[in-house]
Amino acid sequence: MNNLSQTSKHTISALVLDKPGVLNRISSMFRRRGFNISSLAVGQSENPNLSRMTFVVIGNNSVVEQVTKHLNKLIDVIKVLDLSSENVISRELALFRINSSPQTRSEIMNLSNIFRGNVVDVARNTMVIEITGDEGKIVSFEEMLRPFGIIEIMRTGTIALKRGMDIAINSQQPKERRNQSNWEEAASV
Amino acid sequence: MKLTGSQMVCESLIQEGVDVIFGLPGGAILPLYQTLPEYPALRHILVRHEQGAAHAADGYARATGKPGVAWATSGPGATNLVTGIATAQMDSVPLILITGQVPRAAIGSDAFQETDTTGITLPITKHNYLVMNASDIPRVMKEAFHIASTGRPGPVLIDLPKDVLQESAEFKYPKTVNLPGYKPATGGHPSQITKASTLINQSSKPVILAGHGIIISNAFNELKTLAEKAQIPVITTLLGISSFPENHVLSVGMPGMHGVAYASLALEEADLLIAVGMRFDDRITGKPSAFATNSKKIHIDIDPSEIGKNVKVEVPIVGDLKIVLGKINTKIKDNTHKQWLSQIDELKSNHPSLDIRDTKKLLPQYVIKELWKATKGESVIVTGVGQHQMWAAQHYQYTEPRTWITSGGSGAMGFEVPGAMGAQVGAPSKVVWSIAGDGGFQMTMGEIATMVENNIPVKFAIINNGNLGMVRQWQEFFYKKDYVATIYKNNPDFTKLAEAFHILGIRVTRKDQVKPAILEAMDYPGPVIVDFIVEEEENVYPMIPAGQTVNDMVEEPRPTKANL
Repeated sequence: MNNLSQTSKHTISALVLDKPGVLNRISSMFRRRGFNISSLAVGQSENPNLSRMTFVVIGNNSVVEQVTKHLNKLIDVIKVLDLSSENVISRELALFRINSSPQTRSEIMNLSNIFRGNVVDVARNTMVIEITGDEGKIVSFEEMLRPFGIIEIMRTGTIALKRGMDIAINSQQPKERRNQSNWEEAASV
Repeated sequence: MKLTGSQMVCESLIQEGVDVIFGLPGGAILPLYQTLPEYPALRHILVRHEQGAAHAADGYARATGKPGVAWATSGPGATNLVTGIATAQMDSVPLILITGQVPRAAIGSDAFQETDTTGITLPITKHNYLVMNASDIPRVMKEAFHIASTGRPGPVLIDLPKDVLQESAEFKYPKTVNLPGYKPATGGHPSQITKASTLINQSSKPVILAGHGIIISNAFNELKTLAEKAQIPVITTLLGISSFPENHVLSVGMPGMHGVAYASLALEEADLLIAVGMRFDDRITGKPSAFATNSKKIHIDIDPSEIGKNVKVEVPIVGDLKIVLGKINTKIKDNTHKQWLSQIDELKSNHPSLDIRDTKKLLPQYVIKELWKATKGESVIVTGVGQHQMWAAQHYQYTEPRTWITSGGSGAMGFEVPGAMGAQVGAPSKVVWSIAGDGGFQMTMGEIATMVENNIPVKFAIINNGNLGMVRQWQEFFYKKDYVATIYKNNPDFTKLAEAFHILGIRVTRKDQVKPAILEAMDYPGPVIVDFIVEEEENVYPMIPAGQTVNDMVEEPRPTKANL
């Protein structure tokens, strides 16, 4: 295939039935088709029977298009949306356990305030800081903490929603809309 | 009405119009078996190996267009189905697979004959279910048939723990399904249809590349109308064979790795490729980036994920071919394409790929051609995978849909025996010929006993070269004739094997015996094995080596004294 676009990170959101085995179906499809997941976050949606998943996928546009189509092909997947456009709110939560001493503690707290992080645990020689933000913010915070000595990092993976009133994925949306979007996908090849 | 899980399964099958099930019992599925006598409308065919059950259900589905049903017990029963399920998935065949599972409380304990059936079959089914409550059975059965037989068809597996089969619950078969995540688009987007019609009207060298989708969607007449109205030559993929009458003046045959040269060349020459119900398999495209580079492409398929997967296309249309081609046919103008058609005739005469050289030796191509003549092209042909399959695709002329049944995408040797059994059950009034390789035949020949027991009169033509012929051919071409593990030094005597199965066996070693043997086989009221001892080192031509282009095609060498 002619790939005119560069490899980059794309955020894809999927609304799926909340039942056993769904995550397995999705991860199995990614594995089998050789798609790379950079991060994956799953949680309940506004409808108790449906979960919303956010994938960050590495690839060019045609890879992302195939990911979207193969997700759509799964019976338990209700709706898929490519959130790679700029008008998107994306966040992840990270926890950092770092070395600290009475001398460095206040400096770390200052840094944490600048990044709007919270100190959630303090021990004699360590601190745990929580921070939310997009990936770039978390990576820069990590860079700032590195000189103190990072002991552990825990990250949730990205979750994302579109901005504004144009509600992208609505679980109440009629089925016909889904076909329409298949159309647009097909037509964009 | 309260029923047991087993009774619900049987009731649901009857509601779905199922009349035959291929299967083999075992502990976990026994409750279902013990219920069967209550449902005489369900014919059960007891196979010798579960792979046979899955392939037979597949052959049945391809011969009839209805979903085929196979069932098996847990553990090895389920894993033996796997080759058949993968074959059906690759070739878009609607199957319903039902497997027994250990009782609910034992799941996860590594119980006797426990295996993670839904886990194993997840990537090779269109969808699968593990049913944990008998009350879910009616809904699951309804959904399974709906999913298997609509959109792009495929296999659906239902795993039923033994105690769910024994549990009682209220039975009411649903009339509709509620699947918010599954609603295949069928109509085709109007503006895309207009774009496609405009391209067809403007094209001076169009060609249709028709696949299995035409047969699945019963769009035989729509394809014929499109071809005839605009005088567009029709090329068919391996699984598209029989979607367009091969005796038609516009038929160009099969392209690709072992396709006829003029079809591959016509694809290259064309300025417009109308790809319908096919998926640009590597056996056709060779090297996708160098495939049919002179043409714009219209790709019509019901599965959006096939569009743009292998080849970039200008006009994608997602929809059911019967509907979409019907709409396109109303928008296109009559055309003659005189110059283009004469160019194709020229390709045909310059590259005669189907000539059989004149020799006293018994050539496999000759056997197939005689089979076509003797059956008047009216039988259903089922094949395995390899050289015999390619010769059967090339040298028999198919004119009616569903008369050509073969394992395409997954290339499963051994399909020819149970696949033919299922096809014969689905098409009882037809003569079904299984064109078999001696290798594939021996993988599944146990099912001959099943056919004898159940009066399934399949005729077997074993193209016996004592070799795994296609692999041997690759060794000849690409591995300096280093024949590693491709020669069967001690094949059984297939006519004696026929005798052991209590059926007729005929051995053919000379050309003049071919026709009488075929006629005798068709006269015999039961299964027959005809063992054609053919030239050992015969090759399939033309050949485009894997991953290469039409420029790398090897056509049949001129006959020499040595091979005459």
